[in-house]
Amino acid sequence: MITSFTIATERHEPSEPPRSVAGVEVRGLDFSYGPARTGEVPRPVLAGVSLSLEPGELVALVGPNGCGKSTLLRLVAGLLRPAAGSIAIGDRPVDGPDPRVGLVFQAPRLLPWRSVLDNVAFPLELAGWARSARYERARELLLLVGMNGSEGERPHQLSGGMRQRAAIARALVLEPSVLLLDEPFSALDALTRDRLNLELQDLWRVTGSSTLLVTHSIPEAVFLADRVLVMSPRPGRIVAEVPIRLPRPRALDQLDAAIVSESAAAVRMHLEAEVAA
Amino acid sequence: MRLRSDRFQTGWIVAAAVLFVLLWQAIVIVGNFRPFVLPPPGSVGARFVQAWTDGTMERHVPTTLSEIVLGFGAGAALGVIVGYVLARSRFAERLLSPYIVAAQATPVLAIAPLLALWFGTGLLSKVIICSLIVFFPIAVATMVGIRSVDADLLEMCRAFRARPAQVLSKVEIPGALPSILGGFRVGVTLAVIGAIVGEWAGGEQGLGVLINLARGSLFDTPLLFATLATIALIGVALYAAIALLERRLVGARG
Ligand SMILES: Nc1ncnc2c1ncn2[C@@H]1O[C@H](COP(=O)(O)OP(=O)(O)OP(=O)(O)O)[C@@H](O)[C@H]1O
Ligand SMILES: [Mg+2]
Repeated sequence: MITSFTIATERHEPSEPPRSVAGVEVRGLDFSYGPARTGEVPRPVLAGVSLSLEPGELVALVGPNGCGKSTLLRLVAGLLRPAAGSIAIGDRPVDGPDPRVGLVFQAPRLLPWRSVLDNVAFPLELAGWARSARYERARELLLLVGMNGSEGERPHQLSGGMRQRAAIARALVLEPSVLLLDEPFSALDALTRDRLNLELQDLWRVTGSSTLLVTHSIPEAVFLADRVLVMSPRPGRIVAEVPIRLPRPRALDQLDAAIVSESAAAVRMHLEAEVAA
Repeated sequence: MRLRSDRFQTGWIVAAAVLFVLLWQAIVIVGNFRPFVLPPPGSVGARFVQAWTDGTMERHVPTTLSEIVLGFGAGAALGVIVGYVLARSRFAERLLSPYIVAAQATPVLAIAPLLALWFGTGLLSKVIICSLIVFFPIAVATMVGIRSVDADLLEMCRAFRARPAQVLSKVEIPGALPSILGGFRVGVTLAVIGAIVGEWAGGEQGLGVLINLARGSLFDTPLLFATLATIALIGVALYAAIALLERRLVGARG
């Protein structure tokens, strides 16, 4: 099916988007969590969120704690329904848990009683793939995230970075055209985090998925993204957009470049303006 | 590592058994009890071997064992199902739990004669008693286990569009398994008690019946003790079987 996944050697070659990838269009999203049992009126979490992802684009989303970033990802993934507004991937709306979306959370959420291979193959198993086909596919993904050799291990035997790699492999196993990452590396040490950011850049270039990355790290956002979106405190809205005009592929030593620090300063300024307001 | 600690454990178990027998013998000698009150370990041991070789146990053990196994199976199956429903439906929990608790609080000793009256003194009434007594701890253990399944994992399942039956078989049951098997451990020893109580309430065969015979018409106290030892051994063996199952199913988790 997907030949691009098998060619791990091509990872560093600049490549065309390997297949038709859809963008994301979010318009005027309102959301609040259902009224608590006490019956009090719920405070809105999102108020008029609009954003779009061009096909194959990598966009980072930053914002203060509790502003609704995770909620927004859940909405785009179809796990929650908006009170108002619309979400579409390509030309089809999202109206339930969507197979076009791959979701990675802050915690890897692996099944502790399953091997790495069986965890990565889990979405295929749910979709009814035959055993040999899903193992073959899961092995391709493990190779892609650099985990060939760890197939048989259990999650508790892995380092935090390895677990998160497995979670990313699982999110990609059904070839989503949209990848949503919710602070995927925030629990990792600084060096592991840098390495995984580099790998994520490669992975994104190979898969070509439109990617929305939630992060609290401004350098991470600037390093990875084509654009950085800034959210206001709850009720969340997109209040600023900072384009990152940095050639790709980006290398870690470029993090000191003037354009990087300018972009980072711009993102920080918007964030601080929001929090002060 | 594991081998060594196993051998270490076995050593202690044997030492405890030896100590028990020595104490028993000492009490018989010091207290100067007559054999029909407290027989010495030697004569109980001899009677135990005799009962297992002359066909007595062959007649009674299979009856009790099948009551236990069938009763435990039925009670465990029902307990897991009801426990799941209680965990997932607040309405069902509100509605059912008072009755379940009330049924559990009623001594099985008091219900046994009634069940013998309704269902006869054959296999059925004992299976019902066993499953009743096994049901409660397994239902509670299942409820607790299912509730403790990580909500994040359930959300992950939803994101990958798992159907409810898939969530049940691939995440909820495996996630609750340690707790469910804990319920099984308690349940299996209670099933032994249930079978004996059921046989006391009426029956032609079984270890409970044998106790009554040994105490009454046969007036054979060593046989009474040998029967008690057999019942205890069955309990230990079944408990060990569950523990082994547990080690195989959940032992490899971190
Ligand atoms: N299941 C829920 N029920 C009710 N309120 C919730 C629920 N989940 C989140 N909230 C509330 O909604 C708001 C937004 O939560 P969300 O997790 O989306 O924020 P976030 O931007 O991801 O924060 P963080 O940066 O801490 O991850 C918070 O105030 C939170 O308390
Ligand atoms: Mg969050």
